[in-house]
Amino acid sequence: MSKTKLLALILAAAALLALPFTVSGAWMDIANQILLASIGALALMLLTGFAGQISLGHAGLLAAGAFTAGILSRELGAPFWVGIPAAGLTGALLGVIFGLPSLRLRGIYLAVSTLALHFLVVYLGGEYETRRGFSTGILIDPPMVFGIELWDPFAWYPVLLVGAILTYALSRNLLKSRTGRAWAAIHDTEPVAAALGINVARTKLWAFVITSAITAMAGALFAYYRGFVSIEAFSLFVTIQYVAMIIIGGMGSLTGAVLGAAFVTLLPHLIEGATRYLPTGGAISGSVFAMNYAAFGLIMIAFLVFEPGGLMGIARRLKGRG
Amino acid sequence: MQLLANIIVLGAIYALISCGYVLIYRVSRVLNLAHGELMMVGAYLLLTTAGMIPNPWIAIPVAGLLSLAMGALVYLLLMRRMTGESVLAAILTTIALGILLRGVVVIFFSAAHQYPSVPLGLHASSVEVLPGARISSLSLVLVVVTALVYGSLFAFLRLSRWGLRMRAAGQNPLLAAQRGINLHGIYAMVWGIAIFTGSIAGMLISLDAGLDQTLIMIGLKAFPGALVGGLDSLLGALVGSLIVAAAEVLLIQYVNPLLADVVPFLILIAMLVFRPWGLFGTREALDRV
Repeated sequence: MSKTKLLALILAAAALLALPFTVSGAWMDIANQILLASIGALALMLLTGFAGQISLGHAGLLAAGAFTAGILSRELGAPFWVGIPAAGLTGALLGVIFGLPSLRLRGIYLAVSTLALHFLVVYLGGEYETRRGFSTGILIDPPMVFGIELWDPFAWYPVLLVGAILTYALSRNLLKSRTGRAWAAIHDTEPVAAALGINVARTKLWAFVITSAITAMAGALFAYYRGFVSIEAFSLFVTIQYVAMIIIGGMGSLTGAVLGAAFVTLLPHLIEGATRYLPTGGAISGSVFAMNYAAFGLIMIAFLVFEPGGLMGIARRLKGRG
Repeated sequence: MQLLANIIVLGAIYALISCGYVLIYRVSRVLNLAHGELMMVGAYLLLTTAGMIPNPWIAIPVAGLLSLAMGALVYLLLMRRMTGESVLAAILTTIALGILLRGVVVIFFSAAHQYPSVPLGLHASSVEVLPGARISSLSLVLVVVTALVYGSLFAFLRLSRWGLRMRAAGQNPLLAAQRGINLHGIYAMVWGIAIFTGSIAGMLISLDAGLDQTLIMIGLKAFPGALVGGLDSLLGALVGSLIVAAAEVLLIQYVNPLLADVVPFLILIAMLVFRPWGLFGTREALDRV
């Protein structure tokens, strides 16, 4: 590790540690959302950016994790330390199901099969809500972690920070392992990977299982964090946001996933801030939601067309020039 | 009998929408996931023209021509740049376009439920089509239009010079280009036709049931029909749409109304497991993606 890199790392660590002491509750909440999004984006990056498998079912997996945690907490009073691993397990199982089509299908066929599974999970969640009479959603009490009740953003921050760092470290190590190298091989050319003795089917399924387990745990964290689960929160738009994160961040880069997560989470706040300074601010503030959609679509198109390497691609180019 | 009529109407809706997916996929190998949004924009174009010219015989064709131009422009301005990019990038571009359009539509037309039939002075009446089965007169129009659209598409692709070029471009773009076929022109044309047919569906649905963002979901639910029939087969889209519609109507009737939004996708999963290239599709299509 070079000196500048080490310095940057120390500075980043200091900033992350100092953050809770310098910002308001609202900004702490945004920071927490970024951390939550980073976990989900890192997971999707493993699958799409490294193993080369398309998934449009990310929101479905988040929903599955959130519902696992919500149902366990509501129906059985299960604690945080049961809810999170249980969500991971549900995710891993679903990962096998989401991954099965990938053994036969590629490209758009894989995309639509995961999309279909998303609708299936959403249907099951909605069905559960109406059957059990939680038609507006499931309430979850603030969890206890190491004897501390997590009820405000400041208490949550360390937990989510550790979660995000663990996910990053796990992903990094995975990519350096045999599995990670096998992912890179099947991403490049499947027949060659098979000829090299890689079990393509098992490697693909692993990618789906690991991604789905992490994603479901992120969903469970989201549920605990919000204290509330409703299927409404997991629309197709959420999937698109996560896909946008890894594209905007830059395919094939873990740092890119985190950058993308931060960008996509901050975007609505930036837009809201910008509309306030526009002369017509008052007139269009009623359609902030629509502005978000439009801006989001526009930015995604801009990245896809003009900068397929994402933010990391821009960073790399700037570095090359300097 | 009523159930049969419902199946045919829903099947016609799905078929009219899903031919757009098939056309674009067959000719340019792109899956257009913004089809639902573009079809909604087509319906809003009708709302606009109806507001200016309150005559259905002018407003509807004008909106139709505008949506044809919109489809061609989407290709020329956006999708053309994605040529040679990965499958994922092309799909995501269409998704991003869809998101953009959702926002733009709300900014310009608001999210309220609106009725383009009001300025046109159209009223849907109930027609008895089969003994004991009534559908709205606009649904009847929709079934007839679907039949006309499919008839003319078959004729166009089989018999006309441009249809031949389209099929050639779909089979082998490189050879087609070598023979002097202007690929960009062909692709722009097929996008135009696909969005035109989708928009016609959007307009007819909105004349019958009003217009808001739920139209997007109908557009997306029509996709499994295209896939069940085989993504590169027009006949398949017709048959697939009817199958999906039949399953949806029957399951809602006899099992659970909440299933409405999920049935098409269940069928899609089943199809992908057992016969991913669809009923009438070509098997090679799987390897080409």
